[in-house]
Amino acid sequence: MTATLSVRNLRVEIPTRHGVLTAIDDLSFDIAPGEVLGVVGESGAGKSITGSAIIGLLDPPGRIAGGEILLGGERIDNLAPPAMRRVRGKRIGMIFQDPLTSLNPLYRVGDQLTQTILTHEKMTARAALDKAERLLVEVGIPAAGARLSSYPHQFSGGMRQRVVIALALAADPELVVADEPTTALDVSVQAQVISLLKRLCKDRGASVMLITHDMGVIAETADRVCVLYAGRLAEIGKVRDVVKHPQHPYTHGLMTAIPSLKGDPDARLEQIPGSMPRLGAIPEGCAFNPRCGFRFERCRAERPAAYPTSRSEASCFLLDAAGAAPPPETAAAARAAGIEVRAGAPTGADA
Amino acid sequence: MLAFAIRRLIQAVGVMLVVALISFLLFRFVGDPVNQLVGVDTTPEQRAQLRQDLGLNDPVYAQFGRFVGKAARFDFGISYQIKQPVADLIASRLPATLELSLVSAVFALLVGLPMGVYTGLYPQTLLSRLFLALSLTGISLPTFLIGILLIFIFSVNLGWLPSFGRGEVVTIGGFWTTGLLTRSGLSSLILPAITLGLFQMTLIMRLVRGEMLEVLRTDYIKFARARGLSSRAINFGHALKNTLVPVITITGLQIGSIIAFSIITETVFQWPGMGLLFLQAVQNVDIPIMAAYLLLIAFLFTIINFIVDLLYVAVDPRIRIGGAGA
Repeated sequence: MTATLSVRNLRVEIPTRHGVLTAIDDLSFDIAPGEVLGVVGESGAGKSITGSAIIGLLDPPGRIAGGEILLGGERIDNLAPPAMRRVRGKRIGMIFQDPLTSLNPLYRVGDQLTQTILTHEKMTARAALDKAERLLVEVGIPAAGARLSSYPHQFSGGMRQRVVIALALAADPELVVADEPTTALDVSVQAQVISLLKRLCKDRGASVMLITHDMGVIAETADRVCVLYAGRLAEIGKVRDVVKHPQHPYTHGLMTAIPSLKGDPDARLEQIPGSMPRLGAIPEGCAFNPRCGFRFERCRAERPAAYPTSRSEASCFLLDAAGAAPPPETAAAARAAGIEVRAGAPTGADA
Repeated sequence: MLAFAIRRLIQAVGVMLVVALISFLLFRFVGDPVNQLVGVDTTPEQRAQLRQDLGLNDPVYAQFGRFVGKAARFDFGISYQIKQPVADLIASRLPATLELSLVSAVFALLVGLPMGVYTGLYPQTLLSRLFLALSLTGISLPTFLIGILLIFIFSVNLGWLPSFGRGEVVTIGGFWTTGLLTRSGLSSLILPAITLGLFQMTLIMRLVRGEMLEVLRTDYIKFARARGLSSRAINFGHALKNTLVPVITITGLQIGSIIAFSIITETVFQWPGMGLLFLQAVQNVDIPIMAAYLLLIAFLFTIINFIVDLLYVAVDPRIRIGGAGA
């Protein structure tokens, strides 16, 4: 089956006065039809830039410098602007972080909906208005018919995000890119909005790329998760696997940093030493190596590819079955952390 | 909406009363009006009689009340210098000034707005840079210099347009004279209108440009793009409309300034408007004219501001709610 979205070796560069920064480096992933892929990472890891690159709205001077983006098997990263405009909204819907600023304050909600519907579908204004009302009903806005003539400032934050969802789904896209859709919302409405988004996309058979830094949201909502670090893929796999059995040292660090309800309340939280490098100062070799507890010589010299494990795929030399073995104590420590060390396996290190 | 309009109207009346007080004080403190009226050989008895006749011995508040009452009926007394009713003098000059001001305001808007939108949408193009460089000249050159330059080029050297006066005018309705209906009237209007409107045009252009750059960066424009709306709908619907509130404010205030400060342009082009009348009045300490001019300008400003307030409400729904609730 063709993937709804297929990102192949994507590279996004941002030329600046101090040289060209590489915001996304050799990133590949697929989203299957109807699948929800969570994309997590720290601020600046390239989550939002990936989303913008997919929908073709990178803020200049950012540009796609390499790789391919395929939607339903067709390349969309090299489409001419008018053709790309027909993809946006119609085939890919996008939801932004802040519902308070995503809606134009000067237009009625109904007008914004009908304008979007009429841009993508041939129908009468009357039919578009009916569809707009149905959409508002679907996203759970009470008295939808009357609310069509309301302005955005007359809605609460959660209600506005529902309107934003209605707008993103107005032309029944096959993929929805949701960029931190609940970050700006009250905790009490976050769960409602996320489950609404998931249900509507499921009903329509739409795939979702859910960008967030909230592992809780990912764990509840996503089928698979993709962990980014400094614009590169760290690990990708089923949510359950990545959460329970992280294979990349970075993912491992992230998971142990989440406080547990069952643990000792007085225990210090684990943390990953250091911070993510700035785009202009990504270290040689593996981007994570200066902070990694399991690094060995190879990590400083070469860049790891994504290696398969029994559960997920992760970009770490410990998992490269064809690669050189790490020092025995490093391998032992990594195994103790649950990482399936495969490097140097033929010589029996894995036995 | 009605409550909003009424509240603004009451505020406007308050403003007018304060201005009336200031122009009334002009009479009392800028010299003795009796001295201005009479000759050197007038006897003290005659002066006292005149003072009594003019009501100058009444209490101040009674005098002020009378001044306001008369002003409300457009009675501003007799000019000291020209010995004609001030109201008639102003009425004969008002059309010339209003016509010049409105034409230059329309010119400023019609040219400044598209230039601003263009430079905001395409800030990097050569044409945008040219517009910006030109606008810098428009903002930094003083009005009289622009007027003289225009006269030098188009009247003296090229001989295309007249250098002074209003040309032939047509009287409409018995009181309103207009130069818009004759060829010579129209050609006389071009240079002064450009001179007067150039500064406002560059101001509007820079304002619209700044606002466009700002609005185009907002999330709702990005979201509109992400929904696949056409560039036209985004740039001229979603973006331009959001730039309008500050543009309306500035344009409104600038129309007021254009009328008030047409003095310089009218002097350069010998335009027979109120500005020229006012300048002569200042030279001759002709207080009734000065007071009436002050009141009239304040009145026009208040009216324009009132219209601007109503326009806000029409453009931005958030003001509607805020205004009605507050």
